[in-house]
Amino acid sequence: MENLVYIALFAPFVGSLFAGLFFARSPKTHLVGVVNSSLIGIAFIAAVTLALHVAEHGAVHVTMMSWISAGDLSIPFGFLVDEVSVTMMLVVTLVSTIVHIYSTGYMNHDKAYNRFFAYLSAFVFSMMILVMSDNFAGLFIGWEGVGVCSWLLIGFWYHKEDKTFEENPSISPSWAANEAFIMNRVADLGMLVGIFLIYWNVGSLQYDVVFNALPHLADGLLVSIAIALFIGAMGKSAQFPLHTWLTDAMEGPTPVSALIHAATMVTAGVFLVIRANPLYSLEAVHGVSMFIASLGAFVAFYAASMALSARDIKRIVALSTLSQLGYMFAAAGLGAYWIALFHLAAHAFFKALLFLGAGNVMHAMDDELDIFKMGGMKKVMMGSYVYMGIASFALAGLPIMAGFYSKDAIIETAFNDGSFIIWAILVITAGMTAFYSFRQVFFTFHGEERYKALGFHPHDMYKYVLVAMAPLAILAISFGWFMDNFHEFITKNLPDYEMSHETHHLAPYLGGLVIVLALTGIFIAWKKYAGKGANAWKRDEEFEQSFIYKLVANQYYVPRFYDEFIVQPYTMASKKFWEIDKAVVDGFVDLIGKMSYKSGDVSRGMQTGSLSAYLNWMGVGALLLIVAAAITALIG
Amino acid sequence: MEIGISHYLILSGILFSIGFVGVLRRKNLLMLFFATEIMLNAVNIAFASIGNYYGDLSGQMFAFFIIAVAASEVAVGLGLLIILYKKYGSLDLDVISTMKG
Repeated sequence: MENLVYIALFAPFVGSLFAGLFFARSPKTHLVGVVNSSLIGIAFIAAVTLALHVAEHGAVHVTMMSWISAGDLSIPFGFLVDEVSVTMMLVVTLVSTIVHIYSTGYMNHDKAYNRFFAYLSAFVFSMMILVMSDNFAGLFIGWEGVGVCSWLLIGFWYHKEDKTFEENPSISPSWAANEAFIMNRVADLGMLVGIFLIYWNVGSLQYDVVFNALPHLADGLLVSIAIALFIGAMGKSAQFPLHTWLTDAMEGPTPVSALIHAATMVTAGVFLVIRANPLYSLEAVHGVSMFIASLGAFVAFYAASMALSARDIKRIVALSTLSQLGYMFAAAGLGAYWIALFHLAAHAFFKALLFLGAGNVMHAMDDELDIFKMGGMKKVMMGSYVYMGIASFALAGLPIMAGFYSKDAIIETAFNDGSFIIWAILVITAGMTAFYSFRQVFFTFHGEERYKALGFHPHDMYKYVLVAMAPLAILAISFGWFMDNFHEFITKNLPDYEMSHETHHLAPYLGGLVIVLALTGIFIAWKKYAGKGANAWKRDEEFEQSFIYKLVANQYYVPRFYDEFIVQPYTMASKKFWEIDKAVVDGFVDLIGKMSYKSGDVSRGMQTGSLSAYLNWMGVGALLLIVAAAITALIG
Repeated sequence: MEIGISHYLILSGILFSIGFVGVLRRKNLLMLFFATEIMLNAVNIAFASIGNYYGDLSGQMFAFFIIAVAASEVAVGLGLLIILYKKYGSLDLDVISTMKG
């Protein structure tokens, strides 16, 4: 089993090195795409085998070697494959495999094809370290690794020019990459503080040691650790107020958005909370957990409201990701860790599918993102239409789809917990989710064929790419059917969350309410956007001028606020400090140089060439030495 | 009046100063040599007298060494002076100023 762990972990790494070391400078090589995809596939197979093993025999714990060993500090390179991490491994490797295959088609015309695969595989490797590590230090390394890869991949088209905020809210890929990275660094500081606090008070970073020691720690300390770790999670999972980077991250290539900014990396924050469940389910940190749940519910609603008016096809999907992450945090905060993990997995499948479908549309429309310019494309892009339809049904939470089971469980959890405000927000958000996801589908695939007037000639993606996306579609439909099996499997490790009997009999009505709201949302979207001819959608200029619309379309002016009150003052301060730096530090260094220059210039005059002058100088020097000796003798 | 250590040392100091001024002021290389010889002998006097004062022979031994070294140095130096004189026709330092950087 140990070898399988290493295969799952290092196959992506080998792929990354293969592409990065041997093909970085060579022109597009199909071999790279094939080799890297198959290496990730191998990692997936290893993960499946490990999952079967774990289901039967329990967790696998291996220690590869000791990593940091200094004094009392000893951090091994250890890997823990238990129910939680193996679930994450399955999700990560499966989605990565499909995204790799998809990328061979999507990036086919890109000059930097090989570089792309080097980064993408490196990301998978970092993500595997993140989920498999058996200690917080390894988790942090993976955490930073995925951050770097995300930066590299968002800024993949770094040569694009900066635009104004009005033209493009994310300005340019390199700007968006920096924003994502910097915002994550801010949050990572919180996480580091949490890790230091743990080490300081427990003396170890191993999960099992730390979690066993938790009950002996003081309440205030536990709360601080919980808050600090959650700040890290907020950054990576783009929770308010650190959320603006996620929508801007859509500047990266679409496979990247699908893999990193929807299915895997952004769920790392949820994973952290799930992993640290012994901490977050303690009575002492109940307040923090409630905060997590409330923030999750708020973000779910907040992001969904922004998605209602977004025009950029990728931004809509990104905002729905944000909204679904809110659902996961709501579940995790309420103590239903296994439901959060279940929704995480289900979401990874249907959201990756949705993103890849959106990528197909973009590809067909020559990288046009504005859904107002699309419409009626189902004739030319049947495959993508079906996939996006399935994914949207799953996202909207309609029966038999994966999202139905997982989202319903979260909503029921909120009701069962007695947090009716959270429950109400989540229910309303579910209706909004259905509306905006179908708004996007109808805008793109139904209604008038607006693209024709603009001179686009869309065509669907390569056949093999569409076939490769099929597993995601199958899972988006059927993953929910295995909820009971998953429950049985995962609760060996995670605490169970049982619905109480008083509310459980209400569950069908609650589920019914959600379905009704979702169907209403879809119906409104159908009425408004899917019509043709006389019923066709027309722009409502008047509504677009209203305050509410502007507020939502400008993302509640939060990016503006950050720009105005953080970025610009910071830039100004930096410029001032630069000037001070130039005057003081540079000035001082220059002074030293100038002094020796000047003294050389002056003493050059002594070099007359006359031996008697030299002798005179020598005499003066000797006299000075004698005087100095006499003075020291007198003092000493 | 008893002639003591201080008299010797004062003599030595005066001789050394004469030699030192000679080194600084003289322009003729031969005179410079003489000036350095005076300085060396001033030091010799100081060594010999201090050695006598302490009843220690090392001072006088050093004086001997210095005399020997000075003699050989003069032999080499005078040889060089003759060559210089043949080359420049003068031993004036202002004439032999070839070391200008």
